[in-house]
Amino acid sequence: MSVLHAVFAPGFFSNGPVQAALVMGAVVALVCAPVGVLAVLRGQAFAGHAFADITSTGGSAAVLLGISPVLGFAASAAAGAASMEGLGARQRGDRDLVTGTVLGGALGLSALLLYLSTTRQGTSGATVSVLFGSIFAVSAANWPWVLSLGLPALAVVAAAYRPLLLGSVSPELAAARGVRARLVSAMYLGALAASVALSALTIGAVLSTALLVGPAAAALGLSSRPGRAMAWAGAIAVVSVWAGIVLAYDSYSWPPVGRGWPVSFFVVALVTAFYAVSRAGVRRRPRRQPAGRGS
Amino acid sequence: MPDPTLPAPATPTGAAPAGALPIGAVPTGADAGRRTTPPGQRLPVLDVEGLGVRLGGRQVLSDVSFHLCQGEVAGLIGSNGAGKTTLLRAVLGLTPVSAGHVSVAGSRGRRPPVGYVPQKVVLDPDLPIRARDLVQLGQDGHRWGLPWPSAAKRAATEELLAGVGALHLADARVGQLSGGELQRVLVAHALAGGPRLLLLDEPLANLDLRSARDTVALLDCIARQQGIAVLMSTHDVNPLMGVMDRVVYLAGGRAATGPTADVVRSDVLSSLYGHHVDVLHAHGRVIVSIGDDAHRDDGCDAVPASAGVLADEPEPSRSGWR
Repeated sequence: MSVLHAVFAPGFFSNGPVQAALVMGAVVALVCAPVGVLAVLRGQAFAGHAFADITSTGGSAAVLLGISPVLGFAASAAAGAASMEGLGARQRGDRDLVTGTVLGGALGLSALLLYLSTTRQGTSGATVSVLFGSIFAVSAANWPWVLSLGLPALAVVAAAYRPLLLGSVSPELAAARGVRARLVSAMYLGALAASVALSALTIGAVLSTALLVGPAAAALGLSSRPGRAMAWAGAIAVVSVWAGIVLAYDSYSWPPVGRGWPVSFFVVALVTAFYAVSRAGVRRRPRRQPAGRGS
Repeated sequence: MPDPTLPAPATPTGAAPAGALPIGAVPTGADAGRRTTPPGQRLPVLDVEGLGVRLGGRQVLSDVSFHLCQGEVAGLIGSNGAGKTTLLRAVLGLTPVSAGHVSVAGSRGRRPPVGYVPQKVVLDPDLPIRARDLVQLGQDGHRWGLPWPSAAKRAATEELLAGVGALHLADARVGQLSGGELQRVLVAHALAGGPRLLLLDEPLANLDLRSARDTVALLDCIARQQGIAVLMSTHDVNPLMGVMDRVVYLAGGRAATGPTADVVRSDVLSSLYGHHVDVLHAHGRVIVSIGDDAHRDDGCDAVPASAGVLADEPEPSRSGWR
């Protein structure tokens, strides 16, 4: 009993915000995991990071306007997805330049917006919650947004599962197989944008890629099957979020006493630890020996 | 310079076994291929007629015509930049055609069943996709919705893998296969859709000599046993000399096409390149020697460095590699 008490500080299970955070965090983690695995497979982890930068602008604007940050996250991620889809036809080098420039501009704009809301409200709370998130502060009013972003994202993954996988092996193979590559990648960008918005809500805009890409990257070494890799990513993401919440709750009794550590720190630290352990395991595992000439 | 791609008038006599016309060559009528089946019994699978492709304002291919029948192996020969990949993509319907037409198995318009093995598939070793998953995607990779596993699908996948001698690789991650192994798995993937035509882009590039021979033997076997027409591009004509029924030889956007012995000849290739080309036969190898730089209209005409590799060919190619 004392061990349980040491891990779950008194009042953990009866605390309303904690319960809400556990449920919402798990839902977000389970949406981000399969979308994140596909982002890694398709080499679009950088696109995810681009969305993260853009959502910080949207979140800051929402705070300044006094509306829910998730609205800002979702709107800016959607705008990002649309412009990235538009850029898709360009040459790669050109595209990288445009993306890099736009992202720099977006972060600069969010610096201004956050400065304005800080001076107006006289507190830096908004800055921290937009950039670094605070799942305990996410109100139940956000549930409709969480569901209306998360369910379509999962639906896209389920509907385009095979074309997305084939495209991750080789876009040429997918095209030759009759996959409508443009449609499939546009659908996927939408799902990616929605997942980043959800992740931004949970652990903050700047850190949102960590929940998206980290568990996926850790899962790649754990299974050679795409479906199972997604399941592993889901498990790692949920465990990281839940354990992060537990640790953050416990940290109220850590110095400085009475002021908990940011939950996003714990979540990201755990995700990173999972990744490090998984990579170490992969490196120790012997590579498949080329099995003679198959004939 | 005579237009080497100008199709000769169709001969109603039917004496020539090949519908695609040996350019600039006197029709010999002799199908020098090794196959014994009378050509009349084979159904045409691919018909390319006066094909022209413009990409970015540049005429990449002009007036390319050839056809391919069931069970035939054809080599698409040409140096880098000659338009081999463009031709394959045009046949697949992935590159718009600016002139002429391509029809597969007589079905114009509708997407025909064509298997494709692209040139360079670079895969992350950690990609969580096994060989069997990739072959499975060849059967249903274009479908919407989640895949439901079934014994029938599993059996079909394993049969395809066994057909290319890669059943033992079924559970390996695709990114960890060697070049030759991945090539086999990609062939199984391409065959999974039940194609009548199989296109391969440089399947022999980056393979060692033995893997290249195994791959050629495998493709020849697939063509003969399953009646699939195989069109593969390569920059060196030699690995295909024993198995190739037909040649599509590209240079400067034009093509010389026809039975192998009617195209890989000094007069035909000279006409195609627009200057003198020697075709030498030595120890079962063919050496195509393309004059000097003064005659090149661009830097793309450098031809397979076949010269100087005579000694490593142990036996005449015609009887080998099966």
